[in-house]
Amino acid sequence: MVYHFEFGALIPYIPVILHGVLITVELTLFGTVLGIIVSILCAWARSGGPLWLRVPVGTYVELIRNTPFIIQLFFIFFGLPSVGVHLNAIDASILAMVINLGAYGTEIVRAGITATPRGQREAGASLGLSGPQIFRHIVLVPALSRIWPALSGQVVIVMLGSAVCSQISVQELTYAASFIQSRSFRAFEAYFVVTALYLILALLLRQILRLGGKRIFPGGKAR
Amino acid sequence: MPLISLTNLHKSYGQNEVLKGISLDIEPGEVIALIGKSGSGKSTLLRCINGLESFQEGSILVAGTSVMDSPNQLRLLRQKIGMIFQQFNLFPHLTVGRNVMLAPTVVKKTRQGEAEALAREMLDRVGLEQKFDAYPGQLSGGQQQRVAIARALAMQPLALLCDEITSALDPELVNEVLAVVRDLARQGMTLVMVTHEMRFAREVCHRLVFMHQGRLHESGPPEQVFNAPTTAELQQFLGMQ
Ligand SMILES: Nc1ncnc2c1ncn2[C@@H]1O[C@H](COP(=O)(O)OP(=O)(O)OP(=O)(O)O)[C@@H](O)[C@H]1O
Ligand SMILES: [Mg+2]
Repeated sequence: MVYHFEFGALIPYIPVILHGVLITVELTLFGTVLGIIVSILCAWARSGGPLWLRVPVGTYVELIRNTPFIIQLFFIFFGLPSVGVHLNAIDASILAMVINLGAYGTEIVRAGITATPRGQREAGASLGLSGPQIFRHIVLVPALSRIWPALSGQVVIVMLGSAVCSQISVQELTYAASFIQSRSFRAFEAYFVVTALYLILALLLRQILRLGGKRIFPGGKAR
Repeated sequence: MPLISLTNLHKSYGQNEVLKGISLDIEPGEVIALIGKSGSGKSTLLRCINGLESFQEGSILVAGTSVMDSPNQLRLLRQKIGMIFQQFNLFPHLTVGRNVMLAPTVVKKTRQGEAEALAREMLDRVGLEQKFDAYPGQLSGGQQQRVAIARALAMQPLALLCDEITSALDPELVNEVLAVVRDLARQGMTLVMVTHEMRFAREVCHRLVFMHQGRLHESGPPEQVFNAPTTAELQQFLGMQ
């Protein structure tokens, strides 16, 4: 039997696909921005923060890094309502992505902080800066610039991982694909197009992060 | 009253006693060179003075304040004492101007405009006002070290501690940095420098302090130290130079 490709069959579903792209972008945008903020705060707590913060933050990081993303998502969406926390599917997805990126990002950012040459902190201290001032004005930006490529990679992983959110009926790109194929029975075409869109999104995201890095971190690469 | 006063300072790293009872008074405006073999404790001594290293015994007073009082006291004290490092330690993500402005704005809460004027003035003093918007990575080693000096000066310190500040430089860049230090000495800045530039030390310093195995072994004005060293260790050290 010969399968006849017919991409034209997807035309009526273009709005569905575009909506999927939009939701995936939305999840990624919020997940990334908030996730990076969580990463920075937790990395600070783990490397220079007070002792009472280090253990809970360490536990969070290990818990998330050693369990599947889909379980984290289900826990938030299906588990939390039992204790009175009701989130809609999009908010639950964003929260899961933030928590997930935050955990991996913490370790990445921490590596950048640890690599700060001792002389940088000493120069700050000898000018009279306090510990938090040194972190904020001297350590943080070069640390981020050091690990920006690794962090960008993690952001892309999280963006691709958002496909899982279709499992709780978030109408993102993967949801669009399965919706289309169930209506039109054009599975090959639907998944082909969606795969291509993910690829384009991922490449775009990498490019944006690369250019963004150049803007945020002028002065060349910190060592 | 001495500006910096060390009394019977003892410092160990674990079992290794690095400073074995150092007493030294430094007057305002005095220019002192610390000389001695590698490992004799020169850097450790400088680092103790502004609290980058802790110590076990003895006391350090800077303008009447004890180095070990409290973190807040220590920060106040560090504002009064600048430190220049062998490796410059400029902040790579900030422009030259921002490097110099950082401590005045963050620590002293100086307003932006005022801090910028101050930074330009200090950079002018080291001959680098035109590099205000450059990044450290775009400068030569000698220029970076001069920016580091301007950065320390912007806090208007009472004294500068210099730890082998020309040792990481290519030979042809040493003089531009030494010229800046020479100017500072002439203008009356209190300077404590660890240096291997014997000719420079002889020319600029009021007093040379020879350290040997964690002790102040011999000290005096340059002519005396160079022309009439009394101890065998100093004679041997000078013979090696
Ligand atoms: N962080 C440290 N931990 C342990 N030992 C140290 C540390 N820093 C210095 N020492 C030891 O203390 C001693 C004195 O070191 P210091 O750096 O003060 O010598 P120095 O006179 O400055 O030598 P150099 O001319 O090589 O710079 C050395 O034996 C060194 O090994
Ligand atoms: Mg040294």
